[in-house]
Amino acid sequence: MANFTDRLKEAFKALSPARVGEYIQESQVYRSIFRVGVPDSDRKRMLVMLGSVFLHLHPVKVRKSGIRMRYTWCMGGITFFLFLVLTFTGLLLMFYYRPTLEYAYVDIRDLREQVPLGIMREIHRWGAHAMVIAVWLHMYRVFMTGSYKPPREFNWNVGVILLVLTLLLSFTGYLLPWDQLAIWAITVGSNMARATPFAGNEGPGAALLKLGDIAFVNNQSDARFALLGGRFVGEAALLRFYVLHCVGLPLVAGFLMAIHFWRIRRDGGISGPL
Amino acid sequence: MLKEIINALTAPYYLITAAAVLLLISLKYPHKFYTNRSAGIVFACMFAFLGISIIDPNFRLIVTKPDNVPIVGMLFLVPFFTWFSLREAVRNDQRIAEGKPLIEQEETAEKVLTWPDLVYTELICMVVLTVILIGWSMALQAPLEQPANPSSSPNPSKAPWYFLGLQEMLVYFDPWLAGVVFPGLIIVGLMAIPYIDTNPKGNGYFTLKERRWEITTFLFGFLILWILLVILGTFLRGPNWNFFGPYEFWDIHKLEALINVNLSEYIWVKGLGTGLPKNPLIREIFGFIIVLGYFLIIPPILAKKWFKGFYQTLGPIRFHVMTFLLLAMTALPIKMVLRWLFNLKYIIGIPEYFFNI
Repeated sequence: MANFTDRLKEAFKALSPARVGEYIQESQVYRSIFRVGVPDSDRKRMLVMLGSVFLHLHPVKVRKSGIRMRYTWCMGGITFFLFLVLTFTGLLLMFYYRPTLEYAYVDIRDLREQVPLGIMREIHRWGAHAMVIAVWLHMYRVFMTGSYKPPREFNWNVGVILLVLTLLLSFTGYLLPWDQLAIWAITVGSNMARATPFAGNEGPGAALLKLGDIAFVNNQSDARFALLGGRFVGEAALLRFYVLHCVGLPLVAGFLMAIHFWRIRRDGGISGPL
Repeated sequence: MLKEIINALTAPYYLITAAAVLLLISLKYPHKFYTNRSAGIVFACMFAFLGISIIDPNFRLIVTKPDNVPIVGMLFLVPFFTWFSLREAVRNDQRIAEGKPLIEQEETAEKVLTWPDLVYTELICMVVLTVILIGWSMALQAPLEQPANPSSSPNPSKAPWYFLGLQEMLVYFDPWLAGVVFPGLIIVGLMAIPYIDTNPKGNGYFTLKERRWEITTFLFGFLILWILLVILGTFLRGPNWNFFGPYEFWDIHKLEALINVNLSEYIWVKGLGTGLPKNPLIREIFGFIIVLGYFLIIPPILAKKWFKGFYQTLGPIRFHVMTFLLLAMTALPIKMVLRWLFNLKYIIGIPEYFFNI
């Protein structure tokens, strides 16, 4: 019996974080997930970049000048990270939120008052504002370093569409709390669609599109109606904006982001002087 | 007293003019403006201004509104990065003049492993950003106002902050231009940039001298016509979209005498002394001549005279796309100045068909 306790004591003495770590890293479970192990040699550091689906977005080696913070400001990466944060917090918010006139506002209020540690909505909103600013600064940096020049013209265009999508995502999300701030901001914004040339009820040229006395473009068939699903910001608009915000736009944005990142590598990596 | 002077000086015509002039001068003499010392002075002044002004209740009310906090952040971030990028550009230009390699070139040839050099930078960025976001979220609640009420509109009704530049444009143009055509042209114009700009220099490094024309145009559009208008629309536009100085109380009953006059009235009534013609096409004939002349006659003149070099290097298609986009962009400041100086409402005003320019 004494022998056993002695052995147990010895085993405990030998127990150090480093030993535990080693034991875990040599286990079959760990090796099955992280094939390469700890990247402690250059060979392993390369293999780790090739082996991981997330890390293989990056090349194995990069130009030293290209990854300097003073050059990239990390703004593209910050934008992408904020997109991920917003996807995650948005998913959590979807558990609580119902896009109907009856529940929308109450659900948002309850997020603050009933849900423990309820700062998801705060992270989502401030993250969204930060993402808009980060996108602007990223584009500003890309312009100032001339990184849109050949061979990266097309990727700049993908980026411009991503900018528009970011603004639309933010705009559609703005309506969802269904408070005074939300509906009037969306009313002001969507009123613009009424003035679309030819396609808006109060746009120039719309009056020309008529057959006898029947106007083709009226307040029930114009661009604004298509946007809101009604003549004013109501339940149909809420549902449309919700679906676009949670499904439609993020899907398109994700798709374009894949192209954007792929093209960075195809077009020669992060830009730099030749 | 000082507050009243600041209130008066931040009026749109002074603010926008001063900012535009300052930007153009600073780009003319970048080595004097984009230095560490000038940045220190400017940011010290900005922090002092914010710190002292926050005592004023009217100022505090607007600046600390939860949704306005990111824009206060932007108020510092955008000048910071403008200064930073142009300081890099000035340094690189100096190196080019001295025949030395660029800042970026010193490390271009060297390749490093992505793990750990890049991956760890990204990781640190993510951690810092997460901490900032959580801290910000705990400190400041997301705004939630009264439940939506379609029958009572708040005054002012503002679009989301990133669209306030467009809403500010509504002061000078009708919705079909400010809300539809110009945003569309901004997107098209941004996408056209890489195909219009054939200058092979300045690819992959900061420089000003080698791309002076592109950078000046872009910065004028981005900083003056976008960022500044967003800031103006957020902080200085109150009820009825009237202008309010930073220390002014947002009085719903503030009245601004607005007697804006159409060009047709200037010419037919005040100039020729006759009444307005009945037919809108004849009434607005001068406006049509001006607008068509602006877009159709100016480009060929530019191609022959001042932009001769551009015309030769770009070729006719690129050149005309560029001048059209450029003229569309400068239409905004031109209309602003015409409004400020002559109270001009519309150059072409045919409200019968919602066709007002």
